[in-house]
Amino acid sequence: MNNRNEKIRNILVPILSVIIGLVLGAILMLSFGYNPITGYGSMLDAALGNQRSIGETLRQATPLIFTALGFSVANSAGFFNIGLSGQALAGWLTSVWVALLLPELPKLVLLPLAVLLGALAGAVAAAIPGLLRAYFGTSEVIVTIMMNYILLYVSTYMLQSVMSESLRTSLDSSNQISANASLRLPWLTQLFGGSRVNAGLILALIALVLVWFLMKKTTLGYEIRSVGLNPFASEYAGMSSKRTIVMSMVISGALAGLGGVVEGLGTYQNFFVQTTSLSIGFDGMAVSLLGSGSALGILLSALLFSVLKIGGLGMQTGANIPFEIVNVSIALIIFFVGISYVIRVALTKWMPDSKEELEIVQVIESTPNDQSQEGGEI
Amino acid sequence: MTLVGIIALIVTSTLVYSTPLILTALGGTFSERSGIVNVGLEGIMVMGAFSAVVFNLEMADTFQAWTPWLAILVGGAVGVLFSLLHAVATITFRADHIISGTVINLMAPALGVFLIKVWYQKGQTDNIQYNLGYYSFPGLDKLPVLGQIFFKNTFLPAYLAVVIAIVAWFVLYKTRFGLRLRSVGENPQAADTLGINVYKFRYAGVLISGLLGGMGGAVFAQAISGNFSAGTIVGQGFISMAAMIFGKWNPIGALGAALFFGFAQSLSIIGAQLPVISSIPPVLLQIAPYLITIIVLVAFLGKASGPKANGRNYIKSK
Repeated sequence: MNNRNEKIRNILVPILSVIIGLVLGAILMLSFGYNPITGYGSMLDAALGNQRSIGETLRQATPLIFTALGFSVANSAGFFNIGLSGQALAGWLTSVWVALLLPELPKLVLLPLAVLLGALAGAVAAAIPGLLRAYFGTSEVIVTIMMNYILLYVSTYMLQSVMSESLRTSLDSSNQISANASLRLPWLTQLFGGSRVNAGLILALIALVLVWFLMKKTTLGYEIRSVGLNPFASEYAGMSSKRTIVMSMVISGALAGLGGVVEGLGTYQNFFVQTTSLSIGFDGMAVSLLGSGSALGILLSALLFSVLKIGGLGMQTGANIPFEIVNVSIALIIFFVGISYVIRVALTKWMPDSKEELEIVQVIESTPNDQSQEGGEI
Repeated sequence: MTLVGIIALIVTSTLVYSTPLILTALGGTFSERSGIVNVGLEGIMVMGAFSAVVFNLEMADTFQAWTPWLAILVGGAVGVLFSLLHAVATITFRADHIISGTVINLMAPALGVFLIKVWYQKGQTDNIQYNLGYYSFPGLDKLPVLGQIFFKNTFLPAYLAVVIAIVAWFVLYKTRFGLRLRSVGENPQAADTLGINVYKFRYAGVLISGLLGGMGGAVFAQAISGNFSAGTIVGQGFISMAAMIFGKWNPIGALGAALFFGFAQSLSIIGAQLPVISSIPPVLLQIAPYLITIIVLVAFLGKASGPKANGRNYIKSK
């Protein structure tokens, strides 16, 4: 098989998807009487125009990197962790709560404690679907979807009825955390013109490297990938599929939880009632799919999506184009990533030996996968 | 409040909250019976709700009291169009069903709110003028006790939804179309060998889910929320999916589960007015549908789960 051409296709698919998605977004703008050039112009200006907006774009990318990494780890083991938003929410609430309960602790103790417990909360939230999948064969897709809503309502309940009244300002939001628990760094804030970018970004970059190392250079990572490719063969080779599955979900959930932690201790400095699932959950999934799960891909996709999101806000104020067009474009981009088969087939037309290449694409495409809703036997 | 009055209140509000779930869960049943997982039900409901509200606002003067009923059909039609995206992606273009469904869920609220902002210059529509109000069955509402509970000031679409559920059961289990639809979801290869057009039946399954899901969203918007915004449909599509699973992919089961989930939903809203119930924290009632679904999934594994080929793309061999 010609691996080089397949690699080229693997790189071209996301790039083409982004281009098509943005072009369709432009067509949508045009059809409603907006000028796409002004639109995208004000988008770039709002996302990258000055230090402050660059800082906000980096700030927006931070949780996306975490949730996308979370999705990719579980996905390598053959799982769809759609519960990222619930796990992030658990991490957010927990970290803020810990910070509020122990405001007197020195920063060196409190901050790591709040971050770690937030990650732990996400890990626990993800361990449940992992355990159910490993020991009962229950579909993780359904369980994580259901848990998103359970966690959404429970988080509101926790804030309103369990958290002591002295820790919250109203029924809608908690107190601000103390400086000892904050991820904000004065020099970083100053460097980026007073934006909310924070040390979470540094943690996210470290996480990118660590996850890459974990997946490519450690036994556990090897096992996770192996179970994802073929759980039966891995079992024969002496790996415990069950343990690997639970571990991959725990890591995935911890990363998603950290996504929530950086929102709580970094961006917002408190917790407030959420009415819908956190968008960083599904956006993180989108980032991971676009970046095809690789560290570099995730970094670039997260940056791209934050440019779109932060820029979209500027587009609304600058060019009067509703912000939601950005989310439509993001959905379209993922749509084209999802139907990559068609793009791959189309690409073979431009390659030498197009017939041979077409066959390769079809062979890869028709390899059976055992992802069914009720969960395969393990 | 008298006991009968309390029961009537519970029954009516259960019917109101169940109807969107019944319709959407039935839609999901058709899609998954044909082998296409549809996590996009939520997005389809959003589009149904959006189009019904817009139609209702724009056409209220023309159609008067008929507006909400026509709007349900409009919601269904838009649902079909939107589900076509899922159908093309999964059936023809071999996309992963979960990814495609998630795209539907990401796109629907964005597109809906975008259009609302373009057309009305704000993120939320006005309240609709004609909603799906209460209806009394002439004659039947005079019955003692039962009349007051089931037939006086009750919710007519709920009764239609029950009829649709029975029809859906009949179609799936007693007609040739239903047998073929189920066969492509169980074993597409075998069905194909017997000359059944797998792709055609899968398209039919997904489009029916779009129709019923869109109608479900339209009913929800016109009976419960009364307007459209990003927060109109929050989780109802996923509760419907849960009802479909809880009902073991059977229309009558889905009907029962949707009624039960509608009951839990309505209790979380009206519970404060009722004795005993008001002492249960509403959060328990809110999470009940989701929690029960997980428990049921864990408990009933192995006994007649979903269709065999659910979620698997069928690639016709040459």
